[in-house]
Amino acid sequence: MLGLLYAVVGGGIRAGTPILYATLGEVIAERAGIVNLGVEGAILAGACAGFITTAHTQNPWLGIAAAALAGGAASLVHAFMVVTLRANQIASGLALMFLCLGVTSFVGRPYVAVKINAVPQLAIPGLSDIPVVGGLFFQHDALVYGAYLLAPLIWIVLTFTKWGLALRAVGERPDVAFAAGLSPAAIQYAAVVAGGILAGLAGAHLSLAYARSWVEGMSNGRGFIAVALVIFATWHPLRSVVGALVFGAVFALQLQIQARGVALSPYFLDMTPYLLTLAGLLLWGRTRRYAMPEALKSVFEGVT
Amino acid sequence: MIRERMLIPMVMVCAVAVIAPGLAAPLEAQDKKFKVGFVYVGPKDDYGYNYEHDRGRKAVEAQLKDVEVMTAENIPETAEVERVMEQMIQRGAKLLFPTSYGYLDPALNVGKRHPDVVLLHAGGFKHSSNVGTYWYYIYNPMYLSGLAAGKVTKKNVMGFVAAHPIPQTLQNINALTYGARSVNPQIKTHVIYTGEWCNPGKAAEAANSLIELGADIISQHQDCPRPVVETAAKRGVYSVGYHSADLKQFNEKGWITGAAWNWGKLYVQMTKDVMDGKASQWVGKHTRGGIESGFLDLAPFGSSVPADVQKMVMAKRKEIVDGKYAVFQGPIKDNKGKELLKAGEKPTFDFIEKMSWYAEGVVGEVPK
Repeated sequence: MLGLLYAVVGGGIRAGTPILYATLGEVIAERAGIVNLGVEGAILAGACAGFITTAHTQNPWLGIAAAALAGGAASLVHAFMVVTLRANQIASGLALMFLCLGVTSFVGRPYVAVKINAVPQLAIPGLSDIPVVGGLFFQHDALVYGAYLLAPLIWIVLTFTKWGLALRAVGERPDVAFAAGLSPAAIQYAAVVAGGILAGLAGAHLSLAYARSWVEGMSNGRGFIAVALVIFATWHPLRSVVGALVFGAVFALQLQIQARGVALSPYFLDMTPYLLTLAGLLLWGRTRRYAMPEALKSVFEGVT
Repeated sequence: MIRERMLIPMVMVCAVAVIAPGLAAPLEAQDKKFKVGFVYVGPKDDYGYNYEHDRGRKAVEAQLKDVEVMTAENIPETAEVERVMEQMIQRGAKLLFPTSYGYLDPALNVGKRHPDVVLLHAGGFKHSSNVGTYWYYIYNPMYLSGLAAGKVTKKNVMGFVAAHPIPQTLQNINALTYGARSVNPQIKTHVIYTGEWCNPGKAAEAANSLIELGADIISQHQDCPRPVVETAAKRGVYSVGYHSADLKQFNEKGWITGAAWNWGKLYVQMTKDVMDGKASQWVGKHTRGGIESGFLDLAPFGSSVPADVQKMVMAKRKEIVDGKYAVFQGPIKDNKGKELLKAGEKPTFDFIEKMSWYAEGVVGEVPK
C-alpha cells in the first residue's frame, strides 16, 4: 500500500509537471482577461524548438531557453490577434493550435531520429537524503524544481504586487483599469506572452526531460487539460498545483492499477483523469466566490 | 468588422500549415518504372515499427533500379488511409504495403475497387484475391530475449509497456515471460497498456510506474519505443528492445538484447515477384514464418549479458531455427491454471493468431 502511494505521488509529480506549467501560464493569461486555447500549440512549439536547439547544441539549458522563447512567440501571435486585432479569442486560440501542430510537425520532421543530451536528473543535496520525502520530491529534473518555485512565485506576484493588481484589474474591468491610467492592451500582451513562455517550458519538460524525444503532436492534449484545470483551480495559482498534482496522480494511479493486474479495462482507466476534471468542474465551476475574471465573461457571453 | 475578416486568413494559414507537409511528398513519377507505395501509421524515424518498415523500403529502393517508391507517414487508421492508398494508385502504384494493423479493412476495400493492384498487409487475418498478409513471429526473438533477461535480472520482476491487447502483443508478452521463467521460475511480468501506439509522455510514465513496482527489466510493444528505452536508461534499469536493434544506443549500459525486424530482404522479394507476375505467391493467403526466415532476429547483446548466457541463448536460437523447438507447444496453461493445450499438442494457426490469454507468470488478466 505504501509502495502504491509512493509510486502514485512520484508519478503525479512527473506527469503533473508539464500540466502545471501550462496551467500556471493559462491562469496568468486568463486573469488578464484573455483565454488562450492555443496552449496546446505553445506546448508543441516549446517541445519542438527545445528539442531542435538541444539537438544542435547538445545543451539542454539552451533548449529550455529556446522552448520558453518559442512558447512566448507562439502566444504573441494570439495576443496580436485578440488584443490588437480584436479577433475572436476562441477561434484565434484554436487556429494557433492547428498552426503550431502543422508547423512543428513539418519543422520537427528531420529531428525525430536525433538523440539528445537530456535535462539531467538532479538529486538536491541534503533534501534528497530525507527518508521517503527526499526520494519523492527531490530526485527529479531541474524543470520539476522550477515548477515548485514558480507556483508560489506567481501567486505572490498576482496577489501582493502592483503588477499583479494591475493584471487582475485588467482581467476584471479593463475600462476601469484604463480610467485608472493603466494600459490594458500592454498588460494583456505581457500576460499572454508570459503564459506562452510557461507553456513552452511545459513542452521543454515533455521533450527534453520526460520522454527525451520529439514526435509530432506529442503534447497529446495536455494543453486542453491545462485550460480545464484553470477552471478546476478557479483561476488560482496554488490551486493549480493541486489540480495538476491530482491529475498527474490519477494518471499515475491508473497505470499502477493496471500494472498490479486489477481487472479493469485500461480504456476505462484512461478516462479517469478526465472524468475527475469534469467532476471538479461540476463541483467548483458554479461557486460564486470563485467566479471567473469578469472580462472573460465577454469572451463567453458576448458582453463587450 | 475586422474580427470576421481576420478569421478567414487565419483559417487559411492553419490549413496550409496542416496540408503543406503532405504536399511536399514527391509527386512526379516516370511512367516506365514500377511503382510501390508504403503507408506508415507513425513517423518513419521513430526507431520503432515504422522505422523498420522504412528500412525495408530503402532496401527496395537501393536494390531494384526500375522501381519507384512512394511513402506516406503519420496516416491514421481511419478512412484517411483509404484516401492515401487511392492517391498512390492514381499516381500509378501497382503494389501497396499498408503496414499498420488497423489498415486491414481499408486495404480490403481498396483492393475490391482496384483488382489490378496488389496489397500486402502486415499482420492481418483476412485476405482476398489481390490482398495478402504476411507476418513473421517476432515472439521468437522475444522468447530468446526472455532467456537472457531471466539470467540478468536481480529483482525477478519484468515490466512490459504495451499499447493495445492485440494477439501480437500477447504473443510477445507470453513468449518473453516463458523465456525468462524457463531459466528463472521466480519471474513475474507486469503489463501496462497505454491505449495508443505512440504517446511518448504516457509510455515514459508507464515505464516509470513499472520501475516503481520493482521491475528492473523493461520491455515493450510500442510503435515509438524510444521513450521507454530512454526512461529505463534514466532510471538505471535493463532494456529488452523491440522492433529495432538501433535502440541499443539509448540504453547502452542496461541493454540486454531484443527483437529486431529485417524487412528489406522480404520486401525486395515481394516486389520482384509482383513485377514478374508472380503476385499469386503472396495474395489470397496468409504468409507466416519465424526467425528462420531471416526477416527478423535477435538484436545484438549488451555488455550486461555474460558470455555463457549469450552462448546459451544462441544455442536455443539454433534449436528454433532448426525447427527443434517451438515457443508455443503443449502443455500450455494460462495464468489462471486453465489448460489450453495438452502435452504434445501443437497449436493451430488460430491458437497463435487469436491469442487472448496470459501465460503463467504474467500478472492480471487480459483486458476485454
